[in-house]
Amino acid sequence: MSATSIHGWRRQLPLINAFIRYGLLIGIGFLMLYPLFWMIGGAFKNNHEIFASPGFIPAHPTTDGFTKGWKTSTEYTFTTYLLNTMKIVIPKVILTVISSVIVAYGFARFAIPGRKLLFALLMATVLLPKSVLLIPQYLMFREFGWLDTYLPLYIPQAFAVEGFFVFLIIQFMRSLPVDMEEAAVMDGCNSFQVLTLIVCPVILPAIISVALFQFMWSMNDFLQPLIYLSSVEKYPVALALKMSIDVTEATSWNEILAMSVIALAPSLILFFVAQKYFVEGVTSGAVKG
Amino acid sequence: MNTSRVILDQVTKSFSGHDVIKGVSLEVKKGELVVFVGPSGCGKSTLLRLIAGLETPTSGRIEIAGENVTYAHPSKRGVAMVFQSYALYPHMTVEDNIGFALRIKGMPRAEIKLKVRAVAETLQLGHLLHRLPKALSGGQRQRVAIGRAMVREPDVFLFDEPLSNLDASLRGQMRVEIAGLHARLGATSVYVTHDQVEAMTLADKIVVLNGGRIEQAGPPMELYRRPANLFVATFIGSPGMNILPVTLAGADRDQVTVNTTQGPITLPRVNARVVAGAEASLGLRPESLSLTTAGQGQLSGYVNLIERLGGETFAYVALKGFEAPPIIVRLDGEVDLRVHDEVHLAIDGQRAHLFGADGLALGHAPDTKERD
Repeated sequence: MSATSIHGWRRQLPLINAFIRYGLLIGIGFLMLYPLFWMIGGAFKNNHEIFASPGFIPAHPTTDGFTKGWKTSTEYTFTTYLLNTMKIVIPKVILTVISSVIVAYGFARFAIPGRKLLFALLMATVLLPKSVLLIPQYLMFREFGWLDTYLPLYIPQAFAVEGFFVFLIIQFMRSLPVDMEEAAVMDGCNSFQVLTLIVCPVILPAIISVALFQFMWSMNDFLQPLIYLSSVEKYPVALALKMSIDVTEATSWNEILAMSVIALAPSLILFFVAQKYFVEGVTSGAVKG
Repeated sequence: MNTSRVILDQVTKSFSGHDVIKGVSLEVKKGELVVFVGPSGCGKSTLLRLIAGLETPTSGRIEIAGENVTYAHPSKRGVAMVFQSYALYPHMTVEDNIGFALRIKGMPRAEIKLKVRAVAETLQLGHLLHRLPKALSGGQRQRVAIGRAMVREPDVFLFDEPLSNLDASLRGQMRVEIAGLHARLGATSVYVTHDQVEAMTLADKIVVLNGGRIEQAGPPMELYRRPANLFVATFIGSPGMNILPVTLAGADRDQVTVNTTQGPITLPRVNARVVAGAEASLGLRPESLSLTTAGQGQLSGYVNLIERLGGETFAYVALKGFEAPPIIVRLDGEVDLRVHDEVHLAIDGQRAHLFGADGLALGHAPDTKERD
């Protein structure tokens, strides 16, 4: 008998192995995603059905939640709140990307006196609990007369306050060959042209990651708008959703779930559109053979 | 008329107190291809970067095409550089890569296109213009890097080990191409390499650097025939020169006698200042030794190892009475020799080298006259 022949159940081992692995992954994945499915399912249920069964497939699908939810219980429709969110998020993302890239480039490529100390300070701000800053910042913006405007929500981003993003981009820049930038200098670029024409296109994956993170975090941000915004007409989605729980006695959960689904959509869509940049390494082929 | 193109005058460079370039003066003439060669860390790349303007000298003066450019911006020096890593812009097509410098200069698009086409044709890149660097082979990338330098029509081309990332056969091919290109364009070029074969084949003039100083500068064959010191002698040539420890016995007007453990050897030599009894080194290139019969020749020993390369054979011979490692002898490819054979070697005195205890050459053979 040959020693290499496989007999009996061992022959099926790879199949059993795959079955167990995928079974486990699918099972746990489903558990993790269940609340999300439940929310989406709940959005299409009527208010009585939501708490009647733990299943997420609606027995009598209805879009009532969306139509009523969109109108909201206030004088403004959900459109206003979505637009308000965008008025905060878009400038915030743009300012974050521009300031973080410029500051990271400075740290990564220029021999500034005291660079190590400055970098250590920047990293220290990452560790600083955000809540510590709430009161001094509030007092400062009150002095500026910026309360009940969007300015306190995005103007700070113009100064690269998110140390984490700066760090992320610095790490990405450090992996780039300096030769490429030197070649650009020899071709006649000044530092700013090197950054915009050569470095930025190459670190696009990092820039997109930063933009995406900032977009999602800002969409979900509840605390900052709550502190600085007082008029309902300026509320973003996060506050509007909370408000609809507060104001009515009998909460229409299907409307809240429906609006939550809509609030979730921009982040999800953006994520899937930009996903390929997370994996794609643009630098491949830049140097060596 | 001042035809010299690059002049370095007492250039020094130190990085945080550490001297990397220790006072280098050099002139690269118009149309000349000068190769900087030396072991790693000798400062050859730093010297090139100083000429390029990517580093600023600590002291000294750099002149290109008659202008003092010591502190000028790299793009204002009339130099173009080909990097070791090619340093292509990964997000641009070959066409955009080559035309980038012209675009920064603000040249009209149509004109850029014409110039890029012309350069691409010269380098046989015409069919690749719309590809990204990642879709090119190593040799093609290197050609794009050269094209990017050519399109700017610089006064001086700078090459920083341009072939070291290519495989052996491609390296040979690109070496020939660069030599051809230089012959056609006649552009002043400075070329850095650690590969002395590249240096020997490409250079009009080789500059051997060691520890931030110039050891010797001159035409390749002059460096090969008349190395000024032990460092240049061992660095230039492959396989390297054999060095034997000897003591000086005495000198005539046109010959020098040295004592070895195998007896005295007399070499034809002029202009040698010799102190009898001083230690010295006898330098013998593998090809200046030949086999001879017993009783003839000046050296004898046993064969340690034989490397047959087909056309030629290298024999490693352990000399009797010498502590030095075995010497290498270049022989005919078909030579009838086995390991452990006893061999007798004759020295071609005209091609032997002698170095004093300080490493400097002692005189020279009568037929290798000093060049003007």
